[in-house]
This record gives sequence, C-alpha cells and structure tokens, in this order.
Amino acid sequence: MGTLTPLLASALEAPFPRGVLPYLLGGLLVGLGATIIYLSTGIIAGASTFLESTLSYVSNVDRFHRDTYVRSRGWRVAFTLGIVAGAAVWGLVLDPGPWTTDVQWWRLLGGGVLVGVGTRLGKGCTSGHGVCGVGSLSTTSLVNVATFMAFAIGTAQLIQALGVSP
Amino acid sequence: MTDADRRRSGVVAVVFLGGLAFGFGLAVSGMARPEVVLDFLQFEDFGLLFVMGGAAAVTGLAFFVATSGLDGAPLTGREYTRRIKAFDRNVVVGGAVFGVGWGLSGVCPGAAYASLGVGNLPVLWAIAGMFLGAYGQGVVRSRLAAATAR
Repeated sequence: MGTLTPLLASALEAPFPRGVLPYLLGGLLVGLGATIIYLSTGIIAGASTFLESTLSYVSNVDRFHRDTYVRSRGWRVAFTLGIVAGAAVWGLVLDPGPWTTDVQWWRLLGGGVLVGVGTRLGKGCTSGHGVCGVGSLSTTSLVNVATFMAFAIGTAQLIQALGVSP
Repeated sequence: MTDADRRRSGVVAVVFLGGLAFGFGLAVSGMARPEVVLDFLQFEDFGLLFVMGGAAAVTGLAFFVATSGLDGAPLTGREYTRRIKAFDRNVVVGGAVFGVGWGLSGVCPGAAYASLGVGNLPVLWAIAGMFLGAYGQGVVRSRLAAATAR
C-alpha cells in the first residue's frame, strides 16, 4: 500500500492532470439534474432544442412553430435559466471568479454556428445524445456521439497543428 | 389558480431545480471552460470521459428503473420512455458538423449556458453563433419543406 499509492497517483497524473474527482462528481451531478426532471415529469432533458423552441418566440419561420417546440418552449427556458443559475452558484459563490475564456472570438462564433446547425440537424447534442441517448443505449445516439467525437478530435488536433492557440 | 396552472408551475419549478443541478455539475466538472474541453480533444486531459460516462450512468439507471416498473410521472402523468430517436442520414451529417464546431470552439449548448453563469462573457459569441446556426438551418428546412409540398 505504502509504495502502491504514489505509483497509482503518478500513473493517473499523465492522462488526468487535473485529477479525476471533479470530473466524476460533476458528471454525477449532471446526471442527477436530468434524473430529477425525468422522474418527476417524464421529460427527457436536452440542452440544444432550446435554440429552436426559443426562436419560436421571435421568428415566423414554419420550422420553429412545430407543435413540439411551441408546447415545450416554456420549460426549456426554465431549464436553461436553471443551468445558468446552477453554474453561477458554483462560479461566482463557491469558486470566486470571475473567469473568462482566452479562446479567440472567431473560434467561438464560427464553432457556435456549426454547433447550432449540427445539433439541430443531428437531433441532439452532448446532453441529449451524449448523456440521455447513451444512457438509453440508443443506437442512433451512439452513432451520433461516435461521429461528433471523431470530427471534434480531428478538428481540435488540426487547429492545434496549425499553431492556433488558444 | 386552476389545477392545470398549479401542475404547470410545479413542472417549471422542478425543471428549474434539475437545471440548477445540471449547470452546477457542468461548472464543477470544468465543462463550462472551453479550454478544458479542448484539452480533452487534444488528448491532454481525459477527464471528460468521466463527465459524460458518470452522467450517462446516472440517467441510464433512472431510465432503467422507471421504464421497468414505475407508473407515469407524478407531475405530468407522462409515461416513462427511453430516449430513442429514429436513425437517418442527418444523424451522421449533423454529428459531423456538430463535431467540427465543438472541436473549433470547445463549446456545446449546455456548457455554453453554464459558462455564461460562471461569468464568462466572451461565450456570448458562441451562443450568438448557435442561434444563428439553428436559425439558418430552420429557414433552409422550412424552404425545402415548402418546395417539396409544391
């Protein structure tokens, strides 16, 4: 035990420079949040449909006025405000910030546009497919997650190789 | 207040509460920071696997328990189901486009809202981009649907 613990610690340090605990704890809380909603309402929460359902408040485009978006837009706003508030409790109260990203604005904007298109076309994002879909062992979600992981890794590595940082 | 109103505000309250835990978890896990996501995609920190895996394990357990024995959800009477969407070409094409965007920015929808809560104002670029992208694809799909109907 005496020699094993530091050995284990150094073996874990390379792949997990920030440790494992915050990741695991955070993941369990994300799952708990989705579970609270699911068990009490039967609603399977995803974060990206909020984009379309919220656009129904301001746009006349047919697509955004499908029954499913208009009927769900109220709770989706509540879900998103909850996410913002929950993160604020951590970021501004428990882990005094404020903190801002150094990733350049054009990467955020360009990436955001592609995320907006891709998640709507692909029927979900990292929470809908990645958490709830994978938790449902849905083949559709597993294929979507494998696809976006492969493309995201390829893109991030390419950008890094091109010397763009951050 | 009618019974229906009371039920509706109960749903909104519980969804907000769930969102609170969800966003808190995204902040604790570091997913609200694009840099941490990019470190995963560049193979410098594999912690993200524990976030997605841990979250999917919890929801998976809830889906399993609820669908194999519980009656409808107490607040809505809804039947418990798993999240199964139909597979088609868009699932792959959309996943690829989403992946390029995620790899470029390190930001996905849930994490973006959480990032805003942490006080990261530059993430508004990404959120604006997401709305633009979602709007663009909605306009195009509405036009395509209209063209096919004609």
